[in-house]
Amino acid sequence: MRESTIMKIHYGTALAAVALVAVHVLMRLTMGFAESLEYESVIANYKFIPYAAMLELILILLSIHGFNGLRVILLELKQGQLYEKAVSYGCLAAMFGLIAYGSRTIIMTNMGMI
Amino acid sequence: MAQVSHIANEQTSTPISSSKSITLRIARYNPEHDDSSKFMEFTIPYERWTTVLEAILEVKKHLDHSVAVRYSCRQATCGSCGMMINGKPRLACFTKISELNSDVITVEPMNNFPIIRDLAVKFERLFDTHHKIKPYLIRDDADLVSDEREFLQSPEEVEQYIQFANCIKCGLCNSACPTMATDSSFVGPQALAQAYRYVADSRDKGKDSRLKIIDESHGIWRCHFAGSCSQVCPKGVDPAMGIQLLRGYLLGFRG
Repeated sequence: MRESTIMKIHYGTALAAVALVAVHVLMRLTMGFAESLEYESVIANYKFIPYAAMLELILILLSIHGFNGLRVILLELKQGQLYEKAVSYGCLAAMFGLIAYGSRTIIMTNMGMI
Repeated sequence: MAQVSHIANEQTSTPISSSKSITLRIARYNPEHDDSSKFMEFTIPYERWTTVLEAILEVKKHLDHSVAVRYSCRQATCGSCGMMINGKPRLACFTKISELNSDVITVEPMNNFPIIRDLAVKFERLFDTHHKIKPYLIRDDADLVSDEREFLQSPEEVEQYIQFANCIKCGLCNSACPTMATDSSFVGPQALAQAYRYVADSRDKGKDSRLKIIDESHGIWRCHFAGSCSQVCPKGVDPAMGIQLLRGYLLGFRG
């Protein structure tokens, strides 16, 4: 993929994440902070499909943005063909891993496994 | 024969005579013999108009001829005498001692360049990246037909790129760039500013190929917009702005 395409995704995910995290923070303000973090409240959030979808989207956006940022930092830190390939594929694998792990919680909650 | 004798006289000119003097600290380092750089101090008299290059040449003529320094035009045109002067990349021929407001002047080789010896550095990386971005007009109809005129431009079209055409390839911008210090594959502000110079030229048709060259993992996107490249340019070129304008092309904001 061209670097300009990657950077367009990088900037786009940052802007979208800011907007969605703002919605997420506003939703948390509808109740007290401690109450918001109670077990039942968190489970209820995951079971409310539109909100769970938004959380999933935030997870995806932040994972893409964060791991691409990490890739850029690591590419500047050291150079070399093998190192750069390892960094790029490593960040991609870590990104998918984090998305899969985060999604697992939402899916398990909705399937009644939690 | 008379001319040769005149040159010989000039080379053995008398030292600068002045009541004012400064301490000139010159970094000495020969990669073949030395493990690290060390400084040698010289007391040099100076006048209001004496440049740092003249002070270094004074050392070479009268105190220590073994100091290695590269220079040529002495009028900020050739870009040969770039060095760190009191911690900042500057042209030695363009920097007057009196304007530094310091009794001690420290001269070192430019950062981000391999040292040949003392103040002289290797320019291979700068020239390689400069060549990489194809620093010339690309057209299919480059051959002039006898009855045709030159490729004409309006003043507005020239205005788009003219400041970037003032680059003298002195390397001061690359020396000041923090990304150049860590990323050995980074194209660098000099080459990126030159890429913009040709991309913005209405006569040029090589925009796509140049944008492709700089749109890679160690290309334009690694610039952190520190802006130090623009601060140190002795010719008033603004590479940081050129880089941002180029990004506009790559992000689709500019046609």
